[in-house]
Amino acid sequence: MESDELFINMGPVHPSTHGVARFKLRMDGESIKECTPVIGYLHRGTEKIGEMKTYLQFIPYTDRLDYIAAFPNNYAYVKAVEELAGIEVPLRAEYIRVLTMELNRIVNHIVSIGSLLMDLGAATMIMWGFRERENALQLFEMLCGARMTFNYIKPGGVREDIPDGFIPKLNEFIKDMEKRIVDYEQLINGNEIFHMRMKNIGVISGKDAVNYGWTGPTLRGSGVDYDLRKYEPYSIYPDLDFKVCVRKEGDSYARFIVRMDEMKESLHILRQVVDNMPATKLISMAEYGISPMTGTPTAVSTYFPRIFTPPAGEVYSRIEAPKGELGFYVVSDGTTKPYRVKIRSPSFCNLTAIPSLVKGLKIGDLIAAFGTIDVVLGDVDR
Amino acid sequence: MLFLAMWTGDIMFENTYELIVFILNFIGIYDPIYNVFEMFGLEYLLRIIIVLAEIAALFVFILLTVMFLTWMERKVVAMVQARYGPMVTGPRGLLQPVMDGVKLIGKEDIIPAKADRWVFTLAPFLIFIPALLVFIPLPFGESLIISDLNVGLLYIIAISAISPIAILMAGWASNNKYSLMGAIRAVAQDISYTIPLALAAISVVLLTGSLSTVDIVTAQSGTWFGFIPKWFIFLQPLGFILFLIASIAEMGRIPFDFQESESELVAGFFTEYSGMKFAMFFLAEYAHLFSVSAIVVTLFLGGWSVPFLSSIPATFAVLIPIISLAAFVIKTYVIIFFAMWLRDTVPRMRIDQLLNIGWKIMIPLALLNLLATAILLTAGVF
Repeated sequence: MESDELFINMGPVHPSTHGVARFKLRMDGESIKECTPVIGYLHRGTEKIGEMKTYLQFIPYTDRLDYIAAFPNNYAYVKAVEELAGIEVPLRAEYIRVLTMELNRIVNHIVSIGSLLMDLGAATMIMWGFRERENALQLFEMLCGARMTFNYIKPGGVREDIPDGFIPKLNEFIKDMEKRIVDYEQLINGNEIFHMRMKNIGVISGKDAVNYGWTGPTLRGSGVDYDLRKYEPYSIYPDLDFKVCVRKEGDSYARFIVRMDEMKESLHILRQVVDNMPATKLISMAEYGISPMTGTPTAVSTYFPRIFTPPAGEVYSRIEAPKGELGFYVVSDGTTKPYRVKIRSPSFCNLTAIPSLVKGLKIGDLIAAFGTIDVVLGDVDR
Repeated sequence: MLFLAMWTGDIMFENTYELIVFILNFIGIYDPIYNVFEMFGLEYLLRIIIVLAEIAALFVFILLTVMFLTWMERKVVAMVQARYGPMVTGPRGLLQPVMDGVKLIGKEDIIPAKADRWVFTLAPFLIFIPALLVFIPLPFGESLIISDLNVGLLYIIAISAISPIAILMAGWASNNKYSLMGAIRAVAQDISYTIPLALAAISVVLLTGSLSTVDIVTAQSGTWFGFIPKWFIFLQPLGFILFLIASIAEMGRIPFDFQESESELVAGFFTEYSGMKFAMFFLAEYAHLFSVSAIVVTLFLGGWSVPFLSSIPATFAVLIPIISLAAFVIKTYVIIFFAMWLRDTVPRMRIDQLLNIGWKIMIPLALLNLLATAILLTAGVF
């Protein structure tokens, strides 16, 4: 039955667009005929700022991209700079970096699943999730004094070593989290209505997902076995034992399950990192007055030199952030500032599939599908 | 003495009016007052005053209940979500509803520029008044009923059916697409779920042969074999489940809160309302929650009847009418708690799923239940 078209403008101020996403919806009653995402409400010109600041000054700005999980942003940029300048990183620093990133992956997936459930109308999960997230944020606070925007990972290492009492607290968190994940599964996954809302909704084939440039848990939910930690290993990931979580269905439910499984894998990785962490206190070459550039002792302070000039060149460095592949393309012209910084953010690429994903579905499905794609608008708009 | 006489059946009252007259007589002030009114030929005025006093008492009771329910809802949600809930205003936050009221009264009453002013203003009242009218044939305890209508149940269902009109008025007059969609959803939902609700209630009427709520409660007093209370939940288990689900849908609570659909339609049909008009919707919602739970109790859980009271020694018989009121309130709060608990645990369904369940599962099951009840009744099983 055909009826008059209804145009609905959803966002940028709307309870469940995860910030300032905006959708222009052409509706036929409750069904979506056409969905056009509009982005740019959180555009801060981060890439341009990258050209105006020195290499070190830009690190805090990367925190503001994907503010739910900021450590991987720090790391992705720092990794690019290190590759550009050929900086060596001590092993302990790499362990600390992986520790922070995996902890942040858990935090990200908690927030993602929690807000998905809140969009579906079940507010309990996000409260339970934030209880555990608080513990993780306190760990971050111990580590670097900040809870969300860390500015912790520096070229050549990390800013400070792990404080006393951190590892016992982390072990406590891991132990607690193992039990909590079971709780989550009972609360969410044992619910018939949740299955009704998630299964066979927002289905996308693996081929389409690759064509849209999907990465991360969203892509793995479509049956594509693709994880940079495994297939283009960086840092200490080659030494770690973990498996890539893949589901074949490609629907909202598969994407949700992949995130749940990844939390368990991250806990597994965290345990290995804690067990194998090198005992040496060397977290940055620069800390001991060794120039990261030349390997010879320098007169600069015990910290990394504030201004340094990598040789001219360009590098594209990518990592597996919690939301997908996060890449930084940095071009150096041999001055103190990058000539160009290009950010390939997972949220932006994943968001592009929304119009085809929700065509013909209901408004409620748009919310559910959008929730499972797990978008942070700071990461989309940059 | 008074209560003992009431309990032993020496004195019976049809409704609260007769009870009040009896109490006034008992303390010896009814006749003098009556004489004064008779002197001016205004006997009917006394009757009106007493009825108005009853209504005022009921109104105060409902307002207090609603205030308590908003506090209770927050506390129950907080319990489930591992939080404290309101703690600051008053002991354990008990005065929070008062503060909310003060805040809402102090708010600016905004009417959107292109709204239909009259309909917009009328809608909150039209939704609030039926929510109060439903209480008239509700038996709160022995003799505690405003009016024992012989079509009580029909009256309740008919009055409840007014609220979709008010919702549609609110949604249409707001001149807001979210409001309109919320209103359309609410009406579709109310219409589809009133049918199984009424069918399940008719099964109970078949058992009692009366539409009067007092008769329905009296039919449920006593026990089978001395230990099973003669509640209709045991005769009509399917009817109870259908009625409960349909009631929760009528209340518009998660998993059926389509009139609001917070994460999809911002706030549904009352998106544009503010201040006291918003508070009216809020009051109506919680009054509705209480009345619907009370109807469930009346129909299926024995109303104010307490099954094992006959074994209580005669010396305590004085307490029995108070016990009957307490039993009714406790049973009602059990159902209310269930609704609140459900709200915290399950996600919202999708509108088409809701309608599918309503028309394809609930109505056939309710018809089947009605048929089975009729057959068993004719066969003389009940």
